[in-house]
Amino acid sequence: MTTAQDPLLQINKLSITFRNRFGETSAVRDLDLNLGENETVAIIGESGSGKSVTALSLTGLLPAKPACEVSGEILYKGENLLEASEKRLRKLRGEAIAYIFQEPSTSLNPVFTVGYQIKEAIRAHLPKETNVHERAIRALDEVGIREPEARLKAYPFEMSGGMQQRVMIAMALACEPRILIADEPTTALDVTIQKQIIDLLKDIKQRRQMAIMMITHNFGIVSGFADRVIVMYRGEVVETGPTEEVLSKPQHPYTQALIACIPRLGAKKRRLTTINAEMIKQ
Amino acid sequence: MSELLLEVKNLSVHYPVKQGFLKADKIFKAVDDISFTIKKGQTVGLVGESGSGKTTTGRALVKLAPITKGQILYAGEAITNLSLKRFLPYRRKIQMIFQDPYASLNPRMTVQEIIAEPLKVHFPHMKRKDRVERVSELLDKVGLSPKWRSRYPHQFSGGQRQRINIARALACEPEFIICDEPVSALDVSVQAQIVNLLQDLQEAHELTYLFIAHDLAVVEHISDFVLVMTEGKIVEQAEAEAIYKHAEHPYTQKLLSAVPVF
Repeated sequence: MTTAQDPLLQINKLSITFRNRFGETSAVRDLDLNLGENETVAIIGESGSGKSVTALSLTGLLPAKPACEVSGEILYKGENLLEASEKRLRKLRGEAIAYIFQEPSTSLNPVFTVGYQIKEAIRAHLPKETNVHERAIRALDEVGIREPEARLKAYPFEMSGGMQQRVMIAMALACEPRILIADEPTTALDVTIQKQIIDLLKDIKQRRQMAIMMITHNFGIVSGFADRVIVMYRGEVVETGPTEEVLSKPQHPYTQALIACIPRLGAKKRRLTTINAEMIKQ
Repeated sequence: MSELLLEVKNLSVHYPVKQGFLKADKIFKAVDDISFTIKKGQTVGLVGESGSGKTTTGRALVKLAPITKGQILYAGEAITNLSLKRFLPYRRKIQMIFQDPYASLNPRMTVQEIIAEPLKVHFPHMKRKDRVERVSELLDKVGLSPKWRSRYPHQFSGGQRQRINIARALACEPEFIICDEPVSALDVSVQAQIVNLLQDLQEAHELTYLFIAHDLAVVEHISDFVLVMTEGKIVEQAEAEAIYKHAEHPYTQKLLSAVPVF
């Protein structure tokens, strides 16, 4: 059923509910999202707004039923991922959809070298690849790590946070995914390193022609990077549109507050705007 | 306003790095010959990347890092060579708020125990009833409900935990608070709340802050005066506005260019 106009990823009426012995919690309600080939979409919201859960639901990384109920449709090239088998999902992870997570120091295994971990990812997803070593070197080289061959033997603790995040990106890119999901990739990093990582992602996107779904709480890093933004608040989409438009003319009070709460250089000293519940209701 | 509260002269913190048996140790200069002053009631921002020595500087001020050389004057008194016992009153006056609100609160202590601990150290004769009252008052001050005093840290969000940290720092009525990256681990919206809270408390209690961070935008917002640090040295110091308008050192310019503009 895929035609040229069909988006790479189409999410229709996605709802996610968690259940435990105390009752039900609705994490995401009726989310619609399209991600085209080579497009960058950012999902923005505070902690608890449902943005990470949305990303995890794409490849079935959430807990199984009955602890977690996912409804709606997630179409990847026309195939509904919510109905896909575990075997199929495992194939799609890495090859079609790859992730980078927030905290590089906890997502890497401390007792294995980074080379081992990158090769493990390649072997798991591309069993036919014969030149795993070469491929791992190329992956590190692509993310701007100098002397990639020597660095393959390094353990995560021998690298800085920015370097570890580069390794995570190399690992995610090693299998040439169509979609890269970056879940707060820069939150744990210094602002200078943050800029380097964003620039790297932009650069790789140019070369690789892939789609990126960026998840963040900070409007600052989205500008000049994402084509479109989706603003989430307590599991619901409150605003969506082209990035520059949302940034210059935010419609929803929540979006306005989320933009205004960031201190800006050279701004007149004023109290920072904070977000409160009454503001959202208006 | 113009009274000097803290004066740091040629402060150095060096660590020996073992090179192996028989070889002489190398010296790592975490903080290398820095000098600065902080006036009463001022907020001084200390900005730099990880590894620049900014946290070590903050820790050296309260004797949590070994001072190799230099002198620290607090309200005109030299505090560098005091014994720990004689330093104790300064530990009351100088408090710290740490970066990671998840790691800096003991998970086995209730909020009441956490906030009351400095009271037990510095006011050993305080009655239990008074301590409970003081903790309630402090929780109220930082925007938390006193009803939550018997809860444990894991029951709070990151922003709330940072409020508990602030309440603990305020417990003994300090004059000077070293805020070591108090907002870097928080969402931008929560960051705004904490920054506002720190500013309100400063006004209410005439506090002086040393505000350590890596984000120049936050530092410029909260500070009157800014110190820029890299590789253990202060490379630039100026009024907050001047730093933004005409930064001179290339490192400061690099930090400025890293701040997203939108």
